[in-house]
Amino acid sequence: MSGETAARYVGARVQRLEDPRMLTGRGHYIDDHVVPGMLHAAFVRSPVARGTVTALDVSEAREMPGVAAVFTMDDFRDICQPTWSTITGRDPNALPLKPLADGDVRFAGDPIAIVVAESRYLAEDGAEVVDVDLDAQPPVLDIETGLRSAIVVHPEIGTNLAAHIDAPAEDEKIFADAAYVVTETVVQHRYVAVPMEGRGLVASWEPGRGELTIWAATQAPHEMRSYCARMLGLPEHRVRVVMGDVGGGFGQKMFVTREEMAVVLASYLLARPVRWIEDRAENLLAGGHARQEQATVSMAADADGRLLAARVHHTENVGSYSTPGTGSVGGGVAAFFPGPYRLPVMSFTNQAVYTNTCGRCAYRGPWLFETVAREQMMDVVARATGMDPLELRRVNVLTDDDLPYTSATGVRYERISPAKTLEQAAELIDYDGFRREQAAARAAGRYLGLGLSLYVEPIQTRGVLGSEGAILRIEPTGEIMLIMGTASHGQSVETTMAQIVADELGCDPESIVFLQGDTAVTPWGPGTGGSKTAVIAAGAAHLAAGKMRDKLMRVAEHVLEVSASDLQLSGGRVHVKGDPEAGASFAKLAEAAYLNPAALPADIEPGLLVSARSVAPPSTLSNACHACTVEVDVHTGEVTILRYVVSEDCGRMINPMVVEGQIAGGVAQGVGGVLLEHMVYDAEGNPLTTTFMDYLLPTACEVPDIEYGHVVTPGDTAGGFKGMGEGGAIGSPPAVINAVADALAPLGARITGTPLGPPQVLAAIAAAGGE
Amino acid sequence: MAEHRLEATVNGREVTAMVEPRLTLADFLREKLRLTGTHLGCEHGVCGACTVLVDGAAIRSCLAFAIQMQGCSITTVEGLTPDSGELTDVQAAFRAEHGLQCGFCTPGFVVSATALLAERPDLTAAEVREGLSGNLCRCTGYQGIVRAVQSVIRSRQAASSGQQAEAGAAQAAGTTQEAEAGAARAAGVAGS
Repeated sequence: MSGETAARYVGARVQRLEDPRMLTGRGHYIDDHVVPGMLHAAFVRSPVARGTVTALDVSEAREMPGVAAVFTMDDFRDICQPTWSTITGRDPNALPLKPLADGDVRFAGDPIAIVVAESRYLAEDGAEVVDVDLDAQPPVLDIETGLRSAIVVHPEIGTNLAAHIDAPAEDEKIFADAAYVVTETVVQHRYVAVPMEGRGLVASWEPGRGELTIWAATQAPHEMRSYCARMLGLPEHRVRVVMGDVGGGFGQKMFVTREEMAVVLASYLLARPVRWIEDRAENLLAGGHARQEQATVSMAADADGRLLAARVHHTENVGSYSTPGTGSVGGGVAAFFPGPYRLPVMSFTNQAVYTNTCGRCAYRGPWLFETVAREQMMDVVARATGMDPLELRRVNVLTDDDLPYTSATGVRYERISPAKTLEQAAELIDYDGFRREQAAARAAGRYLGLGLSLYVEPIQTRGVLGSEGAILRIEPTGEIMLIMGTASHGQSVETTMAQIVADELGCDPESIVFLQGDTAVTPWGPGTGGSKTAVIAAGAAHLAAGKMRDKLMRVAEHVLEVSASDLQLSGGRVHVKGDPEAGASFAKLAEAAYLNPAALPADIEPGLLVSARSVAPPSTLSNACHACTVEVDVHTGEVTILRYVVSEDCGRMINPMVVEGQIAGGVAQGVGGVLLEHMVYDAEGNPLTTTFMDYLLPTACEVPDIEYGHVVTPGDTAGGFKGMGEGGAIGSPPAVINAVADALAPLGARITGTPLGPPQVLAAIAAAGGE
Repeated sequence: MAEHRLEATVNGREVTAMVEPRLTLADFLREKLRLTGTHLGCEHGVCGACTVLVDGAAIRSCLAFAIQMQGCSITTVEGLTPDSGELTDVQAAFRAEHGLQCGFCTPGFVVSATALLAERPDLTAAEVREGLSGNLCRCTGYQGIVRAVQSVIRSRQAASSGQQAEAGAAQAAGTTQEAEAGAARAAGVAGS
């Protein structure tokens, strides 16, 4: 059917529909949500990393003023059934999460009891008088100890090896014959998601209706529904999960966590609404950690710097109670380690290790260590061969002539442009000019460095993540509602989906009301995360809008008595081509569709309601190149970022302003992760960084101006859009690390990982013999 | 716990309430007055999400007790905006420059930036960053926030120099009229 409209909004920097309420303090976050009669929860947590609970007395707390109940695992045992995340399924190797400690504690922060009271103040008063006797025992904190110690974090599993991969390759001859072989161990420290809003929920079990309602700060309402339905043995349609505005997630709110289970169970036992709002100390202590992993990598290259083979031995610290499943990201690290280069042969081993630390959770680009390790290794190879890092990448990067290309790990690459983004980033940073500036600075005793980082960003649309739903309604008044299974919490989905629908229907984005995050109302969706919005959500919105456009045209043919081929949509109307006056508004068409159904032709279903589900293509890949220049003060160890450039290819952009915002946020998290943020445990497993005085987030002073370049290689998707939400966080750490390493190379200082705060930078300089 | 009488002005309205001494200003605003635009991001005075104005100065409402506000005038993010719902120039600039994503830190930034710009209308780019460094944002990398504040500085300066120019033009016009009148007088004299 005809009725094409011109793209007016897709591709434009449309201002966000979310903004006015958020800017005026009228957003509605979980901590703003009040349910009549709700109680407030606080947790009693373990002060030690590992130990046996020898006594647990909650009787005094139960008598405290305003305290409604205190629950321990004994209270939950009979009602809490084994449950699991949909994405992992019922993994026999993963530990089914228990909401509270069950006889022993396994990390400092482990929740032992939940106190429920008339206010948070009174709940905390109650928590203070819960009497816990612990027989503290030596913990396992790091990967090496975890692998060889007799101490086992989870006795039920009997081993600290949470997961492992062993993928050998025939590479002995390649390494033996190679002109260059380099080996390095690259370390990544523990740093964490830190959404500005912590976790939180209000759970309300209503036994009369047999219905559980959960209002939650979540990235995935339907996942929360499935998880909690399984936990309580309820049919899914008796569980309703509702999200309002959510103050960031970055993966931490993608999967249900133990405290959330405990709050739901407390409501179930009390038959009253129970609310828990995580405070910052809890969030840093127990909200889910990330990133702590390392790899010993050997790479073989020929005399011209061409990569021949890589051997990667990857180990990761998944903490105690990880989500989802074992928390291992080994599979992703393996698959994407070759990155955007011709790397013909690769072997990979992985060991994921449980420790008595906070469990691992998803954090923006959970598998990003592949890029962090590979891009550092590219510079290691460059130094070994005496080649410039840009030149080495040029020799190895996949070009248009190589595509489609299947990596040594079986990933099929097409519709990507790594060589173009490499050149664009080099141009934007003025690569040659900087090298001259750097040489002059070195002559003057200053240490400047440049780091490159090139990567392919896989969009997570496999399996349960591969489809999104959209319902589009035009009400009898002509007003438009778009109802989706998404769970936008900063990604601007309310705006970008409205842009897509507005272009299809020839109306303004402002005229579309967007509704998401209510499992009773919206189509099922896998949640917002994994960079997939622009693929599956945009796909669903596009499909639904196309169906609605067709429906509007059918009704318009009837109302206007004009053939659809002579009609077009614009200005919120269907009208005769070239004559906007000869037409009907959506309100007029809706009136005909709803309020006078008897007059409709028999082949037109009354009403204006369509629904659609997208299916993701088998694979969608974005790619980008980051380039960063720094100055290192060799006396203080301080690293100052001079310039930061990102050349991004995420296909056709729905809203370049939103794309650049996503890049910037990810870059800030990577810059912060490398230079400032460090989740530290002492030798006994006590966390030392549970306030923002200790866990340092980057401020406006530390994040540089970010400069953007765009390359557009459309994806195999509706609209040619690709995802890109995680890339900024993936590409930035090695760009910064490589820049610091480059700055200190004249001193012979070896930089082989993170963190790179002043103490570590000074130590690297000292180890090389000082300035 | 004993409650004490608090009298203060919040967003231009006089408020009287009975509060426990341990009730923080943030919880008072959020729970008792339902002014939920003031957000709590750390509750230890670092993140700035809870920033409000007390007698015009930006403070962290998580670090103050409500009872300390006796006789004070408090402005929250809700109080910055006229009831018509129109955005202030600071808020409009945050929107135009994509200075917010999840929006959780946003009220604190808007209040801090409003106070900063009132106090120092002529900040340099580096001073803008320094001035905003008491607020944390995890989504935007501060790019749009810094741009927004810089754009407000530019537009306010343009407006004020525009006013000066207008005033100057008016003066110039006045001078011209006087000159013309003088010429007319001269002509009159000549003609007489």
